[in-house]
Amino acid sequence: MASSALAKPQMRGLLARRLRIHIVGAFVVSLGVAVFYKFAVAEPRKKAYADFYRNYDSMKDFEEMKKAGVFQSIK
Amino acid sequence: MLSRAAWSLALRRGGLGTLGIHSLGGSAPSDRKMPPYTNYFAQRSYPMPDEPFCTELNAEQRALKEKEKGSWTLLSDAEKVALYRLQFHETFAEMNRRSNEWKTVMGCVFFFLGFAALLIWWQRVYMFPEKPITLTDEWKAQQLQRILDMKANPVQGLASRWDYEKKQWKK
Repeated sequence: MASSALAKPQMRGLLARRLRIHIVGAFVVSLGVAVFYKFAVAEPRKKAYADFYRNYDSMKDFEEMKKAGVFQSIK
Repeated sequence: MLSRAAWSLALRRGGLGTLGIHSLGGSAPSDRKMPPYTNYFAQRSYPMPDEPFCTELNAEQRALKEKEKGSWTLLSDAEKVALYRLQFHETFAEMNRRSNEWKTVMGCVFFFLGFAALLIWWQRVYMFPEKPITLTDEWKAQQLQRILDMKANPVQGLASRWDYEKKQWKK
């Protein structure tokens, strides 16, 4: 059984290697998720709000809502 | 009484039969108690059981255990394997072998999900009362119109998808 030519497997440092791989991976994954969120969610949301409020006329909005009849204090 | 004698006879017959075929590296132990009456529990998470797999040894196996008390370099490979098999039921590779159990599990899960779906369907047809007025289509349409009139979530939400000039959803 021992006369075959198997290479001796890695016997030491297994936990250290696993920890290194997973710590590096955790950093990369979390940074990647954060960057993705910033550019896929946060920036478009900021732009949407900026575009909405650039030419926003609140009095016109109010008149439209009053005409639709949603207010209780003013008809 | 009679059945117990017959059972122990069957055990002994089975054990001796297989031992006649294998000499030293026999994987079938002699005269061992059948589970669950043994104290041998070994799993991947509990790899060193309290007692060895074979507790009742024949003469050759006892001689081997005596030889084990000396220097292990004098043991041949076959003897080492035989000692391992006396101590443990399965190797790690055998213990961790995969199985097809997951197919059975998934099949049963889907079967019972389907059965539950049939029950719910029957309930919906024969048991449930009329919908309350707030769940009818007319009421829901009026509710949606009022939400759009109030311009709820006009930046990124519902009202931002409605075209107020053309009175329709934005494409």
